[in-house]
Amino acid sequence: MPEPTVVTGTGTVVAADHFQSYSVVGLLAAVGVLFVAFAFGAGRLLRPVVPTPEKLMTYECGVDPVGDGWAHTQVRYYVYAFLYVIFAVDSIFLFPWATVFADPRYGAATLVEMFVFLGFLAVGLLYAYKKGVLTWT
Amino acid sequence: MNDVLDVALRLLVVFVVFLVLPLVVGQTEHKVMAHMQGRLGPMYAGGFHGWAQLVADGVKFAQKEDVVPEGADRRIFQLAPAVALLPYLLVVLAIPVGPGEGAVGQAVDAGIFFALAVMGVGVLGSLMAGWASANKFSLLGGLRTAAQLLAYELPMLLAAASVAMAAGTVSLTGIADAFEWWWLPWQIVGALVFFVAGLAELQRPPFDMPVADSEIIFGAYTEYTGLRFALFLLAEYAGIVVLCGLTTVLFLGGWHGPWGADGLGWVWTLLKTAVLAFVVIWLRVTYPRLREDQLQKLSWTLLVPLALAQIALTGIVKVVIS
Repeated sequence: MPEPTVVTGTGTVVAADHFQSYSVVGLLAAVGVLFVAFAFGAGRLLRPVVPTPEKLMTYECGVDPVGDGWAHTQVRYYVYAFLYVIFAVDSIFLFPWATVFADPRYGAATLVEMFVFLGFLAVGLLYAYKKGVLTWT
Repeated sequence: MNDVLDVALRLLVVFVVFLVLPLVVGQTEHKVMAHMQGRLGPMYAGGFHGWAQLVADGVKFAQKEDVVPEGADRRIFQLAPAVALLPYLLVVLAIPVGPGEGAVGQAVDAGIFFALAVMGVGVLGSLMAGWASANKFSLLGGLRTAAQLLAYELPMLLAAASVAMAAGTVSLTGIADAFEWWWLPWQIVGALVFFVAGLAELQRPPFDMPVADSEIIFGAYTEYTGLRFALFLLAEYAGIVVLCGLTTVLFLGGWHGPWGADGLGWVWTLLKTAVLAFVVIWLRVTYPRLREDQLQKLSWTLLVPLALAQIALTGIVKVVIS
């Protein structure tokens, strides 16, 4: 195992940098919210407001809407949704691992790990394919 | 005081880039599409080849009445455009155009992770719009957006993980710094997967089924008018800029070029981004729209296995050379 690389002295500096960079992100988010608020506010002053019942009706190609807008629909891809959640959570763990796996001190161990991981994913995918769930139901 | 000024200047530049580059891409799309289809495109506004067409469009949008349908979930309906647009603004901040601290809005350590996570929020805007409109077309569009999300997100993550493995870092500047020319053939499969998945995220043709105008009017945006509709359009074009910028930095070496690496590196980054944006437009004119289930099939039987193979290849090569 490699030594932990962050010692206390530099550690605080790194943490400070970290928070500084994200505070700038937060600042930009605030600028963005202000921009949208300004645009909506200015838009309110610029545009006409002449609502009529016809205008406020739900658009259905010109005829009066039939039934409720939140219509009953069948979601045909829920198996994909399960697969997606499983795979996506797995793949998140690749990122922290990606930064250290090539360290020569690990040797080929990380490579074997990687193939075990990929093997699991591939077998899972193959199983789903064989079961025929990679088509819309 | 200097620090404050520095940050303010950076935010201003990022903001201006965020507002101007999407318009440039939009105008280019008008013109490129027109010429590919044997038309002239806008020629009047502004005089010279209709350069001010999008400015005129903006003025028009701002003057239009803002209609919220009676049946809609009013607050969510009105907020949706902002949710769709703002994530791209935040990603622009983290994309470096040149080496070092000076050529990026703000270097974020976990850059690639940050960019992918924040871009994922943008799709919520479409889902909110689709649900809150209380319109059958919008609802279908929203459901298709959700279906699309399940298809593109995973290959995109895996392809990005591959290049993070190659560079041994998740910082965007670090990845582009580590780039060598032979990464291009090494990571080409990952690059293609990333770009195709990105196109699906942006709902651009050939993956525009969530807004398919000939089937479901304009999907989740059917009920939108005026300024709010314009913000959705801006989000789409900002998305093109972000996707092309990310692909450039991750897979095409960013500021590395045959010459002029020091000082003029940012020109390379912008040039590569522009070429990719052209390809995005080109694909729109060239390919017909896929069906939603065809995209899922493409993703799970082709893009995901390709991305996994790319990760295996990256791992082997990286361990062998280090």
